[in-house]
Amino acid sequence: MKRLLILGPLILFVILAGFLAVGLHKDPSEVPSPLVGKPAPQFSLPRLDDAQQSFSPKEMLGQVWLFNVWASWCAACREEHPVLLELAKTNAVPLYGMDYKDTQEAAQKWLQNGGGNPYIHSVMDETGRVGIDFGVYGVPETYLIDKKGIIRYKQTGAITTKLLSDTILPLVKRLQAE
Amino acid sequence: MRHYLVLILMMLLPTSLLAEEAKPLAIDPQLEIQVHRLSTELRCLVCQNQTLADSDAPLAEDLRVEIREMAAKGKSDQEIIDYLVARYGDFVLYRPPVKATTVLLWAGPFLLLLIGLIGLVLILRSRKQIIATPLNIDESRKVAELLNKES
Repeated sequence: MKRLLILGPLILFVILAGFLAVGLHKDPSEVPSPLVGKPAPQFSLPRLDDAQQSFSPKEMLGQVWLFNVWASWCAACREEHPVLLELAKTNAVPLYGMDYKDTQEAAQKWLQNGGGNPYIHSVMDETGRVGIDFGVYGVPETYLIDKKGIIRYKQTGAITTKLLSDTILPLVKRLQAE
Repeated sequence: MRHYLVLILMMLLPTSLLAEEAKPLAIDPQLEIQVHRLSTELRCLVCQNQTLADSDAPLAEDLRVEIREMAAKGKSDQEIIDYLVARYGDFVLYRPPVKATTVLLWAGPFLLLLIGLIGLVLILRSRKQIIATPLNIDESRKVAELLNKES
């Protein structure tokens, strides 16, 4: 009994320290998205390369695809850009983009100066309305959408080569086989 | 040298030049009250320790506009909150709802209080036992002797 009283605080401390240690390695800015497992919001937005034409996620039904939200003013997008360019070269998964709260001119210039355009198409969300539907709060954000148009994975923040090879591409393969 | 000069000149810039026109508010004061009430209940996702009402982040501004528009369409508080929760999750709420995943958050303090109370009761009980132990004959004689000596 007495031993328990003495050990009690120590045990409590160890449990608390355990929780804090785990908490230290978590990124508090990463908010779990309630959209994972739900259908991707529908939209129809003008294309960046030709504002007369539009793109809608409906066109992608039957395919697994990546939807990347980016902007010319976004610093982390710069970091992510080479990774996306590499990904586009492999043709592993169709990559579409959404230029979020940006101007057409700035975005096109950014793509030119940034080493190229990894996207099959990008659409323009100048007001950020579609961004709200997707729960965008920190660009870049990337959504992996399955054949039925359901969001299966979301990454907030830049995609790294490691994340791509360890998480995203294996998941793409699995979803393509579904 | 030239850089410093530019820097000093920039410091001399009257900051009032950067001031903007007041952001558009709803004309209907009743509506503005609703928007304000909602935006103090909702979290800005960019600067997470601020409410939408406090935050100057562009996203917070967009969300306030969105809330204002929905409110103008006659949507209730609950409808607007549901709309945002569907997009940003429970995280957007400043007061998390009681759910399976948040039980520990809500019950945790009471659980700790309970553990403390149990500990307190256990300690008090063991203390009572010490007091309750009666003296044996030898001890009481010793006590009587000592007391006699004193007087």
